Amino acid sequence: MTLGKVQLLNKDIIMERHIELPITSEVASSLNAGDYLYLSGEMYVARDAAHKRIYELIEKGEPLPIDLKDSCIYYMGPSPAREGQVIGSAGPTTASRMDKYAPTFLDKGQKCMIGKGKRSKEVRDAIIRNHAVYLASVGGAGALLSKCIVESEVIAYEDLGAEAIRKIKVKDFPAIVVCDDKGGNLYDL
Amino acid sequence: MRIINTSEVTQIVSKMCIDANYYLSEDMKETFNKSMDREESELGKKIFSQLEENLQIAGEDKIPICQDTGMAVIFVEIGQEVSLQGANITDAINEGVRKGYTEGYLRKSVVSDPIERVNTKDNTPAVIHYDIVPGDKVKITVAPKGFGSENMSRVFMLKPADGIEGVKEAILTAVKDAGPNACPPMVVGVGIGGTFEKSALMAKKALTRNLNDRPDIEWVRSLEDEMLDEINSLGIGPGGLGGKLTALAVNINTYATHIAGLPVAVNICCHVNRHVTEII
Repeated sequence: MTLGKVQLLNKDIIMERHIELPITSEVASSLNAGDYLYLSGEMYVARDAAHKRIYELIEKGEPLPIDLKDSCIYYMGPSPAREGQVIGSAGPTTASRMDKYAPTFLDKGQKCMIGKGKRSKEVRDAIIRNHAVYLASVGGAGALLSKCIVESEVIAYEDLGAEAIRKIKVKDFPAIVVCDDKGGNLYDL
Repeated sequence: MRIINTSEVTQIVSKMCIDANYYLSEDMKETFNKSMDREESELGKKIFSQLEENLQIAGEDKIPICQDTGMAVIFVEIGQEVSLQGANITDAINEGVRKGYTEGYLRKSVVSDPIERVNTKDNTPAVIHYDIVPGDKVKITVAPKGFGSENMSRVFMLKPADGIEGVKEAILTAVKDAGPNACPPMVVGVGIGGTFEKSALMAKKALTRNLNDRPDIEWVRSLEDEMLDEINSLGIGPGGLGGKLTALAVNINTYATHIAGLPVAVNICCHVNRHVTEII
């Protein structure tokens, strides 16, 4: 659903859309760099250490702790939740640290990545060939973003502490399309 | 000699770690608000308003401003007329960090070894810089540093012939390379002169300077103003999504250097430039 338009300085008109997760190839292909999204539904949370472990399992051909097909992974490591809170501060971490692993994950079916900052050419190519998408949420807005997370559960690698894999449910989680499957890259616009 | 028990240091450091992660300093807030009014990009304005709301939620609902509550960088100035008693001062500071990060629901982001990477689960050890100064006080600054921006920081060993133009180029290169990764609008700390490590330490310390305080040296003041203007004409913008405000401030510290060198360190910090200072 199109909600409205935002005029960017020296940039095209930007579309605001509400998106239900999971993002499939069809949905990903309908997105363009610069689209402002509000995401609702389930996604995984994983960052450096969890990516390394999953990557090693893929290389060995062993079973994975999460199903990558049509998955969305939010690159994030939250601060601890207080009593009564779903999660602590929960903003994005720098995505480029996952660049080594992301193409393999995308080739295995992952469709959406959420983080902040630039991606490598290898990742952007993998986005195009797999009809996937890379989104950025606002770095350093962890308190605000935590309010969009309505459920959170550690589902693997609890020993990693803040780096454990979580499944979270979000409602109207704001994110901006940075890299789309047409080769569009918001940081280059 | 004035006697200070290091248990007092533990208590203060603990509280400072918590305060720094929940509340931004007044000078940062003031600069943030002023900058916000100058943003022209609609998306940039939208990001600014999210960041403003984020600060409000952090303070009211007791959620850290950013989930990366940092590695604790601590500057300690010990008056030479002070006698520290009790536990070893370094242990006392680390105990304060352990207590603050645990009781304050702050993220534990420190691994014990850079290659083996096992989380210490209490955010220790801190990175502590000691100075012995005149007087009978102990001044402590706690500056939790997130690594999104820390990773984008650089040291350039320039030649004297590169001069001020070389310095400007180095600063702009670091900021451009950092781009959206460093969570702009950023604060840029710069150290010019000294040695390799001195320049980096000055750049770090520059980030803790009150934004209303200006350097005494005229060319340094001018350079701060010029670099802020230059950085804000790069178009990186809030969140790196395009716009006018890429940096909130440029703070530069300088020191004597060697006849053969011109070290320049650029320590980048995101818009959550956290630092708290207390004097015992």
